[in-house]
Amino acid sequence: MSTVEELAARDDRVAGRPLAARVLSRPEVGSLVAAVVIFLLFMAVAEPFRNVANVGTILYGASTIGMMAVPVALLMIGGEFDLSAGVAVTTAGLSGSLLAWNFGLNVWVGVLFSLVLAVAIGAFNGWLLLRTGLPSFLVTLGTFFVLQGVNLGVTRIATGNVASAGINDMDGFASAHAVFGSEVTIGPINLKITVLYWVLLTLIAAYVLLRTRIGNWIFAVGGDAGAARAVGVPVRATKVGLFMAVGFCAWLSGMHLLFQFNTVQSGEGVGKEFIFIIAAVIGGCLLTGGYGSVVGASIGALIFGMTQLGINYAGWNPDWFRTFLGVMLLLATIVNLYVKRRADLR
Amino acid sequence: MTAILSLSNVGKSYGNVHALRDVSLSVRQGEVTCVLGDNGAGKSTLIKIVSGLHPHSAGEVSLDGSPVSFGSPRDAQAAGIATVYQDLALAPLMSVWRNFFLGNELRSGLLRMLDIASMKRICAAELSKMGIVIPDLERPVASLSGGQRQCVAIARAIYFGARVIILDEPTAALGVKQSGLVLRYVVKARDAGLGVIFITHNPHHAYLVGNHFVILKLGRVVLDAHRDSLTLDRLAAEMAGGEELAELSHELRGVDAGKVVPPASPS
Repeated sequence: MSTVEELAARDDRVAGRPLAARVLSRPEVGSLVAAVVIFLLFMAVAEPFRNVANVGTILYGASTIGMMAVPVALLMIGGEFDLSAGVAVTTAGLSGSLLAWNFGLNVWVGVLFSLVLAVAIGAFNGWLLLRTGLPSFLVTLGTFFVLQGVNLGVTRIATGNVASAGINDMDGFASAHAVFGSEVTIGPINLKITVLYWVLLTLIAAYVLLRTRIGNWIFAVGGDAGAARAVGVPVRATKVGLFMAVGFCAWLSGMHLLFQFNTVQSGEGVGKEFIFIIAAVIGGCLLTGGYGSVVGASIGALIFGMTQLGINYAGWNPDWFRTFLGVMLLLATIVNLYVKRRADLR
Repeated sequence: MTAILSLSNVGKSYGNVHALRDVSLSVRQGEVTCVLGDNGAGKSTLIKIVSGLHPHSAGEVSLDGSPVSFGSPRDAQAAGIATVYQDLALAPLMSVWRNFFLGNELRSGLLRMLDIASMKRICAAELSKMGIVIPDLERPVASLSGGQRQCVAIARAIYFGARVIILDEPTAALGVKQSGLVLRYVVKARDAGLGVIFITHNPHHAYLVGNHFVILKLGRVVLDAHRDSLTLDRLAAEMAGGEELAELSHELRGVDAGKVVPPASPS
């Protein structure tokens, strides 16, 4: 008879895994492969893609998606969706602009009001979700439509138009533009400030997710909320916090929209929520929660930036952009699944 | 020795349903108290009272001699009572060490960063104390076997200062070998000086490790005996329902258990 210790010591079924398998089982791998493939593809077929000066344009496209894909990825890892994320950006831009314009205030007052409102919308989404126990898909689908109507309705009441009025002659516009819409030129490359925000958000979110207690909680509430609660994780606070993070980033994106273009179209943002989700999924986030990566989501956003401009640069008909995205989404998820299975088997 | 945790005449009613009546039980340090019972006997209700999920509605629960009533699982945990549920409270896609420290993360430095190196080291050490070796602590818990997962949950409870550990049917979903591993860990928990409440419906598993046995039936205690005054046969018979089994065998006598029915031939 062998003792149980011997059995356990001899139990070599769970062995250490080779480095390659461990690297391949990281959630970002699929998106990284896709990004390299797309980069090489457009390098080969699109002459302007090879021009260094266009790096700034590509990164700008990626950053506007990435700034939202990062919090959306965190939220998805935490097990929830936010379909209102796209129009919330527009709401943030509109609310700041309309408040300042309507009452003739310094635009910074509008900026602060918009911040409070955007974070409050996120908190409301989270609160309603936990209060009703409905799936986040339904709750945020509701907020999505509510905000879409409010954006249009309030803008029409305030300005009689479907877009907010120009505010570039108002107090504080110059400084706010410097914070939210400026750009720097490094050599031949023209970089928008959103690229900085995007990179910062990615770094902070990746740090929080992998190196802090809150990150552990995010994985846990998405993986198994019941288990998380049983070991003392504050499930409700974590989820509401994640929705508020989406709200905060919607505010940042909305402010860029406002101070970059001076006015905000009230119908904008519809459909963007899916692009954020697609970026997160390409980056390795599972729809069921508990697994994913913000770095992957940022790579997903980069894929968007490259594709959007690459299609133009290649002289292809841009009508097909969305079809291309749909194919990308399917391919990336299949690759993710395949790579993960292979790596887990090793 | 005095009991760490004792229940005297504890009852619990949900509306007009008396799920538990007059249950007395004591858990002593370094002893395994087995609670046996069929489905619906009141085992789950008993766990819920002791682990702080539901308050009891009659009788008295006392900890170290003074009466207590836990308002939440956190209260019970703070008092040193850990429950290892059947679903184990592990997040399947998270790594072993992250699960081990979930809710009790170690942090260090100015930024209150996770102290990953220490957590991995402690996790490996605690698991090897339980005789379980997992070379890659980054593996998701979902890739471990049922018995290994059970052990991670038990090791976690012991490490975080439990004095009483409640194991809710830890062997119910496991094969023979895995059950053997888990029973061994039950003994390890006992040797570590914990009071163990081992909930099961398997008298054979219970008799292998138990010091004291309580059988519940329809919310009441029908047997409360120390190991010295009980044989496995008696325990198994009591558990199987004693008289009921005799009745059943009488009832089934006419069915001819050895009979093989040939498939009906088409005619």
